[in-house]
Amino acid sequence: MSEEIRKDGQEVPETEENKEPQYSLNDDRRVKVLSPGAMVAKRFFRNRIAMVGLVILIFMFAFSFIGGIISPYEEDQLFYRTDYLKKEYCSAIENKEFRYLQAPGQDFSSIIQAQMVLALQKKAETFSYKGIDYKVEQAGEDFYIAHLADGTEIGLAFKDVFSASEEGVKMSYDFTREALRAATNGQSRFSAEGQNYSLDDSGIISQGDKEIGYVSRYVVQPLMGDVFLTRDFKEQLLEALESDTEEFLFTDADGVQSDYTIEFNAAAGKYTVKQARESRVYDTYAAPSSKHWLGTDRNGMDMLTRLMYGGRVSLIIGFIVELIANFIGVILGGVSGYFGGWVDMLIMRIVDIFYCIPSMPIIIILGAAMDAQLVDPKIRMVYLMLILGFLSWPGVARMIRGQILSLREQEFMMATEATGISVNRRIFKHLVPNVIPLLIVSASMGIGSTIIMEATLSFLGLGVKFPFASWGNIINDVNDTFVLTNYWFIWIPAGILLLGTVLAFNLVGDGLRDAFDPRMKR
Amino acid sequence: MKKYILKRVLLSIVILFFVTLIIYTLMRCLPTSYIEAIARQKSMQPGSKSFEEWMEQLSAMYNLDTGILTGFFRWWGQMLRGNFGDSWVYTIPVTEQFNKTIWLSFVMNVITMFFEIIIAVPLGIIAATKQYSKTDYTISVLALAGISLPTFFFASLLKLVFSVHLKWFDLFGLVGRNYEQLDAFHQFLDKANHLVLPCITIIVISIGGLMRYTRTNMLEVLNSDYIRTARAKGLSERKVIYHHAFRNTLIPLVTIIGGMLPGLFSGALITETLYALPGIGYAAYHSMVGGDIPFSMFYLTFLAILTLMGNLIADILYAVVDPRVRIA
Repeated sequence: MSEEIRKDGQEVPETEENKEPQYSLNDDRRVKVLSPGAMVAKRFFRNRIAMVGLVILIFMFAFSFIGGIISPYEEDQLFYRTDYLKKEYCSAIENKEFRYLQAPGQDFSSIIQAQMVLALQKKAETFSYKGIDYKVEQAGEDFYIAHLADGTEIGLAFKDVFSASEEGVKMSYDFTREALRAATNGQSRFSAEGQNYSLDDSGIISQGDKEIGYVSRYVVQPLMGDVFLTRDFKEQLLEALESDTEEFLFTDADGVQSDYTIEFNAAAGKYTVKQARESRVYDTYAAPSSKHWLGTDRNGMDMLTRLMYGGRVSLIIGFIVELIANFIGVILGGVSGYFGGWVDMLIMRIVDIFYCIPSMPIIIILGAAMDAQLVDPKIRMVYLMLILGFLSWPGVARMIRGQILSLREQEFMMATEATGISVNRRIFKHLVPNVIPLLIVSASMGIGSTIIMEATLSFLGLGVKFPFASWGNIINDVNDTFVLTNYWFIWIPAGILLLGTVLAFNLVGDGLRDAFDPRMKR
Repeated sequence: MKKYILKRVLLSIVILFFVTLIIYTLMRCLPTSYIEAIARQKSMQPGSKSFEEWMEQLSAMYNLDTGILTGFFRWWGQMLRGNFGDSWVYTIPVTEQFNKTIWLSFVMNVITMFFEIIIAVPLGIIAATKQYSKTDYTISVLALAGISLPTFFFASLLKLVFSVHLKWFDLFGLVGRNYEQLDAFHQFLDKANHLVLPCITIIVISIGGLMRYTRTNMLEVLNSDYIRTARAKGLSERKVIYHHAFRNTLIPLVTIIGGMLPGLFSGALITETLYALPGIGYAAYHSMVGGDIPFSMFYLTFLAILTLMGNLIADILYAVVDPRVRIA
């Protein structure tokens, strides 16, 4: 802007050195004439600290507004990682108690069962109960058949359990007896009810080519509701149990191979089988990497991208709030200062009243009320700006009024009155330009404090809400002590950006004030 | 002078009236309140009255069944008698809860204000006397950095360094885990230990304002004619600064510090909440978030009174300290 005005259009000397001797001391050409604006700019650009602030601000704006475009990720894009999760899949219990089966039409009640076990422990082959004699026949290892004295079969006691391949299939008493007899005696074929069956080493019973079930000491039950354990799986599990291995692989019908681990719980006498499955989970709190430079947050979103969008929100809120506050403040303060009298009196009392309203508590109360109402996060942001703006105008109004009061008394205003310039022109041409420097200074510092205010509210969870990012609600995670201790990348970058931005606004504001008001200069 | 003070006090009362009117209207207009939550909860219980009936009963109980203006005047009538009702969240009279929490905040604020003054004023004077030197720039930038620091970020940093890594202080609360077993002296030490981080937080955040204020005013004095005269007549720089300049800087300083005095009672809303210290700010935060109208009303009114008192004291002190502006 610095414009060099020369008296005549003579050739311009190229360098400072050969300019000096050409003009005499009182030659006008030696004097650089700068407009007031250029003077301010020059003073401002000479202020090194203000320049640091300006550079930080430019960086912040680029980071927030251009960064969001450059970043390959979206504001609320979720990231996943695959993880091996071990889930309890099924349990297997070794059957150590006798199980009983009653023959059709006979009485094999639990009292008789108990009597039978007593007799077995005494190694007796007969027992009686209520005057009726019973016989126990050992038909195999841990397999007994109970008879009445006349040889009528009344029931079975066994520890190996038959499970059908297909769900819901009930096998007859005769079949069960013969199957168990074969299994406990190590036979490989048996017949029941006129049908022939074969039995292999692992206890699988088949009729011809069709497998119909198996006999085993272990009872296997699924632990998850929707799981049906296939025969193949049970077979493999039993094999593993018998050979005491702790891990096995199994490929299910869909061809998915998973890793299973068997854990033995001695107290419950129970084997728990855990299935390790690859599953997709949100990539939360991932450490910084080449893919995510600052890691990911608690929702699995890219931190750096969130910071960029958060900066946008913080800066936009700061600007709009300051715009609202200055708009109301300038109009009311200007009217009050220019017209004076009862208008001034009235407006200043209103200012006094609003000045006394504690803004932070009010915003907290309104924020909590909006929480209860489940206000949409987008609308909430608008409310937040309006509330903040409406609560911060009294300071501006006071300042503008004071400035206009002092300007009104100055000679140049008297001159405008004397020359008969219209009121509109007097206000907008002569008063307003003199107020603007002050306004710019106060606004640039005001934006800083507004950003802090908004960040504090968002930090408390009462300002900008998820899914929108703001620097404050990014740091909010630090309320979790675990995050505070372990994940520095979640909250320290956001804090530094916040501090840098606010500091930059304050530095620039300070520099502008010094530039506008040279009286403070040496 | 008396007439002036009287006029200011009366004006303050009028302002307070309108401030409370605005706050009261706002609180009454809030869409969802504490009693609605309670009524909903009560009406859920088996065999209970309907929600509307509960609302009616509770509204009558809490004096909310009247119009806003009637309710407001009733509230003022009660307030003038010192009765602020019972807190809904704390279920004890508001004044009792206030009495339980205010002293911690007061002690904390006295400590922080003491350190603030003894650090900020000398630094401000040094910065002004060495204007545009490296010292001045460092102090000014540090002051601005303090102003720009968000409380919650700084508190988190302090916690990370001193609580988590160095383990010198606890993260939260006013007393440690084994407080009950300690003797009186160690109980005091325990409390003092828990106050260190909160106090540092407040001091660092608030020191910048006073420092800059001191520097600006000192500069103004140093640029005035009588300082030039003092220098011209050959006084030592020491005498010029501490005898002539500093005394005149004291006028605005005493005024602003006087204006800060009522603020000693206002509590530190954010800091107390961050460190979970049972002061007035923490109590107020929970009552405000919980929709506790009596306590929130009380706290907001209290803050408004403190602000008005601060302005009043500053204005009166200004007139007392500086005879040039005394109003007849």
